[in-house]
Amino acid sequence: MAGKLVADLPDRSLVNLGIGLPTLVAGLLPPGGQILLHSENGIIGLGPPAPPHAIDPDLVDAGKTPVTLVPGAAIVDHAASFALIRGGRLDIAVLGALQVSASGDLANWRVAGEKLGSVGGAMDIAVGARRVFVMMRHLDKEGRPKLVRACTYPLTAQRCVDRVYSDLAVIDITDEGFAVREMAPGLTQEELRDATDAPLRFVSQDGKSALLTD
Amino acid sequence: MSGAERPTLSRAQIAACVAASLQDGWYVNVGIGMPTLVPNHLPPAVEIVIHSENGILGVGPTPAPEMADPDLVNAGRELVTLLPGASLFSHLESFAMIRGGHLDVAILGGYQVSEGGDLANWTVKGAELGNPGGAMDLAVGAKRVFVMMEHVTRDGALKIVRACDYPLTGIACVTTIFTDVAVIDVTPAGLVLREVAPGWDPAAVQAITEPRLLVPAPPRTIGG
Amino acid sequence: MQPGRRQSTAQDVDDEREARTLARGDDRSARRIVETQLVGGVAHGFERKGHLVGVRLDKLRSSATAAIAEVRDGDTLMVGGFGDAGVPFALLDALVERGVKDLTVIANNCGTGERGLAALFRHRMVLRVFASFPAQPGNHHFAESYRSGQTELVLVPQGTLVERIRAAGAGLGGVLTPTGVGTLVAEGKDVIVVDDRPYLLEKPLHADVALVKAHVADASGNLRYRLSSRNFNPIMATAARLTIAEVESLVELGALDPDDVHTPGVYVDRMFVSGGASGG
Repeated sequence: MAGKLVADLPDRSLVNLGIGLPTLVAGLLPPGGQILLHSENGIIGLGPPAPPHAIDPDLVDAGKTPVTLVPGAAIVDHAASFALIRGGRLDIAVLGALQVSASGDLANWRVAGEKLGSVGGAMDIAVGARRVFVMMRHLDKEGRPKLVRACTYPLTAQRCVDRVYSDLAVIDITDEGFAVREMAPGLTQEELRDATDAPLRFVSQDGKSALLTD
Repeated sequence: MSGAERPTLSRAQIAACVAASLQDGWYVNVGIGMPTLVPNHLPPAVEIVIHSENGILGVGPTPAPEMADPDLVNAGRELVTLLPGASLFSHLESFAMIRGGHLDVAILGGYQVSEGGDLANWTVKGAELGNPGGAMDLAVGAKRVFVMMEHVTRDGALKIVRACDYPLTGIACVTTIFTDVAVIDVTPAGLVLREVAPGWDPAAVQAITEPRLLVPAPPRTIGG
Repeated sequence: MQPGRRQSTAQDVDDEREARTLARGDDRSARRIVETQLVGGVAHGFERKGHLVGVRLDKLRSSATAAIAEVRDGDTLMVGGFGDAGVPFALLDALVERGVKDLTVIANNCGTGERGLAALFRHRMVLRVFASFPAQPGNHHFAESYRSGQTELVLVPQGTLVERIRAAGAGLGGVLTPTGVGTLVAEGKDVIVVDDRPYLLEKPLHADVALVKAHVADASGNLRYRLSSRNFNPIMATAARLTIAEVESLVELGALDPDDVHTPGVYVDRMFVSGGASGG
């Protein structure tokens, strides 16, 4: 999942990785690459996690994990950090999700029925990033599909997701809904449809539509 | 009649008058032109921090020519120095500081001030162009606005008027007017004459002021 | 510090000075003027060496307790920090010890473990909290205070939170942001369409007191922050009537390069030098 996502990150992009699953991506970035990582708490040029002997309590990432900086990194305050996010300077944001709808709505901050949830910077990032990639498991803990026709959980933002990388497939959100670019090896279209609560279109790698199924 | 037979205050004397109204520890924005004279006349025990809208707190005196730094200018694009404890910041932060009410006083020039404290100082009537610069933000944001100006124009036109007919900088924003003949407070009840220049009296000042001046107590003599 | 009203009288001025010199506690009381020998580098081109006066120096307090002396029950309190980075722990400890109550707190997180904001929740000091990320692992004290009904939560997206605070300090009437459109956050808010794009009108968020944490300060209140401990601190410092700064170290006037000042001293009212590193 993470490997595929990393391969799709264009060179020289400014990328924000959410907390949780998306931070796996950080460890897979090719060294010497031109991808710059942004952290919502004001870091441009996030480096790898800090080794235990060199933890600096003044230097944490969005998940409050001690980190390091790359040469040429810059620190800004929260207003500037979110101005950067909202002002369209983030090329790509990688977020986790509870649900993604066929029109690209994202729900990732609170489960329906729960009183407490945390938004953090997710709403700003979802709305501000030029492209939003979601990295998530295809099914939730109870085995229910997370790709749905319409989100039932409280929304983070409307019509913001561009692509989903799940353990089963890589799926684009298009004007016509979910379009499957790639599937996990050995997985059948039938199985994928069963795991998804919305129509799926299967397109070949060159983007041309194959059969219109379901 | 422009009061030509009575002596009027010089620019330096007006500046001294304004300086005497500043309080120790105040953060002060000094506009371009006549207001820049004010820091030269501070009373001995009064220390202020000068703010410049282009992003400086702690502006110091004019540098000696060979020590001047082209990266260090004030709002009037004049070369300046910094005092110990000075800070530099962006235009965004500077105007946030202004608009957010963090400056104790802005000292501005004026073309006209109205009875209600409206200020016109960024362009003359009928002119094609004007330069608001930071004046409108200063007018709206500073805790107090002191206006320094001549009482009448060179042609004898009155500058303290019932209503401004020059394009406005701000409405109901002026606290005190310092002219070459008087010091006048803007209050809810109207314009109150506080001080007069030597040789002037309330009647003489009223004669060159359009709105009626209130004189609740005999005005002090400036410099007296 | 709200924009004052135009027609100030001598009484207004005296009242204000009075208000600025409240309860000084156990520290120096008189305002002092510092005379400083100018040294070439700091002078930035100023030729004359001699005694020059710097800015006023009545901001230092000798203890955290003295620094927070003016915080009152019922106050709205902004607290800087993101996670533990940049949290003014010494000031929060002093607040807990003093037992202030009925607070409204504005902060990104609600604290973890036993110290900092977590202690405020443990001691039932908080009636209402504005936060973007209250639900963190280890936040049992906040969670308990919230579930018991003691604390009301107002959830604000992080970028909106910082902009509302910035607007307050900057004298703006609000900001238009696309964040939260179509979500629960939009409830009860005006939607304003600009060039066919909807925005939520978010209003300024003011506070009585801001507690900020800085790395270095000079005696005039200029602050510099360190790394990701900067976060909300510079913005909160502008948006409260009273800003109290916990700083790790104090340098003499002129030692902080003016280009390196992150928060000019005009925003800082009280300072306490903790002498510690971040995190305590």
